[in-house]
Amino acid sequence: MEKGNSTNSRRAFLRSSALLGGGLMIHFSGLTRFSPAEKLGNIDLPEQWNEINGYVKITADNLIKIICPNPEFGQNVMTSLPMIVAEELDVDWKKVIVEMGPHDNVKLGPQFTGGSNSVRMYWRPLRQAGAAARHMLKEAAAQTWGVPVEEITTKAGMLFHEKSGKSAKYGDVASKAATVPVPKDIKLKDVKSFNVVRHSQKNVEGEKIVTGKPLFGLDYTHEGMLIAMIEHPPAIGMKLKSFDASKTLQMPGVKDVFTLKLFEDGFEQGGFDTRTFNDLLVVVGKSTWEVMNARKKLVVEWTAAGDTKDYAGGRNGKTERIVPGELENTDRQYQKMREFADKPAQQLRKDGDPETAFKNAAQIIERTYTAPFLAHNCMEPMNFFAHVTDEKALLVGPLQAPGWTEPTLVKLLNLPADKIEIQMTRMGGGFGRRAYGHYLMEAALISKKVKAPIKLMYTREDDMTYGVYRPMYTATYRAALDANKNLIAFHVKGGGIPEHPIHANRFPAGAVDNYLAEGWQIPSNITTGAFRAPRSNFNAAAEQSFLDEVAEAMGKDPIEFRLELLKRAKETPVGKNNEYDADRYAGVLKLIRDKSGWNKPENKKYNRGVAAYFCHSSYAAHVVDMVMKDGQPYVERVFSAMDCGIVVNPDAATNMVQGAVVDGIGNAFYGGLIHKDGVAQQNNFNKYRIIRINEAPKKIDVSFVQNDIDPTGLGEPPFPPVFGAVANALYKTLGNRLYQQPFAVPVTDKRAF
Amino acid sequence: MIKLTINKKEHNVDVDPDTPLLWVLRDTLNLVGTKYGCGVAQCGACVVHLNGEAVRSCVTKVSRAEGKKVVTIEGLSETHTHPLQKAWLDLDVSQCGYCQAGQIMSAAVLLKENKNPTDQDIDDAMAGNICRCGTYLRIREAIHAAAKIQRQDA
Ligand code: FES
Ligand code: FES
Repeated sequence: MEKGNSTNSRRAFLRSSALLGGGLMIHFSGLTRFSPAEKLGNIDLPEQWNEINGYVKITADNLIKIICPNPEFGQNVMTSLPMIVAEELDVDWKKVIVEMGPHDNVKLGPQFTGGSNSVRMYWRPLRQAGAAARHMLKEAAAQTWGVPVEEITTKAGMLFHEKSGKSAKYGDVASKAATVPVPKDIKLKDVKSFNVVRHSQKNVEGEKIVTGKPLFGLDYTHEGMLIAMIEHPPAIGMKLKSFDASKTLQMPGVKDVFTLKLFEDGFEQGGFDTRTFNDLLVVVGKSTWEVMNARKKLVVEWTAAGDTKDYAGGRNGKTERIVPGELENTDRQYQKMREFADKPAQQLRKDGDPETAFKNAAQIIERTYTAPFLAHNCMEPMNFFAHVTDEKALLVGPLQAPGWTEPTLVKLLNLPADKIEIQMTRMGGGFGRRAYGHYLMEAALISKKVKAPIKLMYTREDDMTYGVYRPMYTATYRAALDANKNLIAFHVKGGGIPEHPIHANRFPAGAVDNYLAEGWQIPSNITTGAFRAPRSNFNAAAEQSFLDEVAEAMGKDPIEFRLELLKRAKETPVGKNNEYDADRYAGVLKLIRDKSGWNKPENKKYNRGVAAYFCHSSYAAHVVDMVMKDGQPYVERVFSAMDCGIVVNPDAATNMVQGAVVDGIGNAFYGGLIHKDGVAQQNNFNKYRIIRINEAPKKIDVSFVQNDIDPTGLGEPPFPPVFGAVANALYKTLGNRLYQQPFAVPVTDKRAF
Repeated sequence: MIKLTINKKEHNVDVDPDTPLLWVLRDTLNLVGTKYGCGVAQCGACVVHLNGEAVRSCVTKVSRAEGKKVVTIEGLSETHTHPLQKAWLDLDVSQCGYCQAGQIMSAAVLLKENKNPTDQDIDDAMAGNICRCGTYLRIREAIHAAAKIQRQDA
């Protein structure tokens, strides 16, 4: 980047233009550098995404349209992001038209849904966008009326000059506003005076959802569109050997059967170009049912793929990774994890002298926790529409990260980026799964090959057995107590397939004098990816359950024990790089203590479990109230406390926390995917248990810490500590601790999972 | 040709009689409000009404619908003001929204048969509908609210 440009990119730089037929369109370039608080996978987000642009249109007849930059997967950004613009623009929210923007990183910024980043990264830029537009409209009115701009006020899309009694709609002066120079320093509203943000607004697509309008990728259709499906190997670690499609080709509606390679040998994959299978056996036909049936007639021979290689591009040049060819078995996976847990591991953080402290300890508590692979199981299976010609490509469907997929498409299709149009539909869930765009690339290659518009669809079985799971994890925690039952050392050694879960600089790091965190990992061909609060969703289960045991051994109340540690972390923090703010962490614990009536006699009838966690710059705590129902532990009631800074859309945020709690309970009890000779043993909802309404709590009471801090993450942070709170409540309910997820399996069935 | 009555409109479709109603709705008639979630009667995303009964259209052969009245989410209410739709919007139930058509269609049959369902009635009737986003508490609340609207309207 040239020097001039890069200086420019750090200042507010805004562009305006007149709309055809009168009106104002502004692309607002913001100031904010895009700096996600948490890394996803192993890569950082590209550096060049340091500008974020809003996108507002005001027509002469006073239509106000706000483009939502980020893909919607149920976290309600299509409502909350435009609300932020509307707040500073000062318009009547009910009259605002919201539209999902196309993929356009220049005008619309990073457009990445994930890492609980949406509101965090767009907060300042979108406010600046709204405020600048409002200023320009005021300036235009001042010029029109010949009065000082300082005397102009706005309210709900109207401009007023009190002294002269003049008023106008935004639309009346929008064309003139387009000629006003864009302001340099924009004053933002006082957050205390907000009247759109911090007030509950309804989902802008709510009505379309309840009336069955086409919204999702699978709903998309196109003139002449064909349906494509891929027959992938039954086991991870296998590949296509040969096939006979003669019967398939005789089936009604079938157009073609062929094989394709996703990536050529040696292809440099981007960080999110995860692929489980490379040889695609494709069936293309007229309709979904016909293709489903025709697939069944394929006669295929599969063979072990053996060790293969992946090549990653990136800043450090091309790197090679061996993907082991083993057809994996879950029993063996657990056995391997036990073996690795005994070997030396990579040191991730060390404070003080943990070895000596453990040697001198009066008591050592040691516990090992495990959790299985989880399938995301988005309600809408993976799918994408593609229409690729020699000149251009149109791709439409559910995708969390179009900006990460495009560079790969450029290489795969050999088309320039500006000839590739990606449109993001509403997603039937994402949970991290749709950050991995292999299904979009597959769709594009299939369309290119058949020279027709196609929609690639994964059946539920395809979706659940494809891979890209939450990794399998384990961690052994050790705590050293002295003779007076003081906690003198803490040790965590965590590992997993294929990555370890440890966040070494998080609580209780910083609160214990002698601290050691270590990690190890086992390579595997089972592909994994981000799953709602990656790594944290395991840590919060293990660590928060362990802390409960330590508190009990020390004879302390679990909340008071955590608060004491946090007090220490605040007053005399141990070590460096402690990621969390001890005050905010303690804040959610205190709030949940009050809201839940912790230790109050009237709550004695419940088996209570508490847990708290920090991730995505936010803080969450839950108290779970468990009872026995029909011979099974049942979470009847939950109290949740969140500190995510300013809450943009309170009721929707509450919905999100409630959903995270239900999701957490479900996955803690039932979630898990196992392998036999590489074959996923769960391939549909009759085998993979998802929490249902009768298993969901009666009540989830959500409270937010009230403060004026810029918003931090919300979609993920309330999820991880649910696991810990459930584990702790289970201990009270059952009288013994469970260390292996999913918890419902050991409860009903003593066999190891 | 199979003759279907969907949302009070007649259609003649030229499909294999074994085709699940779901795919006739979605692919042939472009009524995509009814969703595919599992294809094996496990998730409820595909629930429609067949002569007033909730059926899973993914496992209902289109031939079974011949001569019967099919209602989908698009036709639940001509004005889109079914008490459940109102309650769903009022309580802002949806997250991703993908399961919600199926939830509403299941709930509509419950409300027809039970004007004042308890939590237990709701859980029993709705246990076949998965919501991966976990909106179950609001679904329960919205069904109670819709029942109330329905009683008031009656
Ligand atoms: S799609 Fe019919 S029940 Fe799941
Ligand atoms: S709202 Fe997403 S599956 Fe129910």
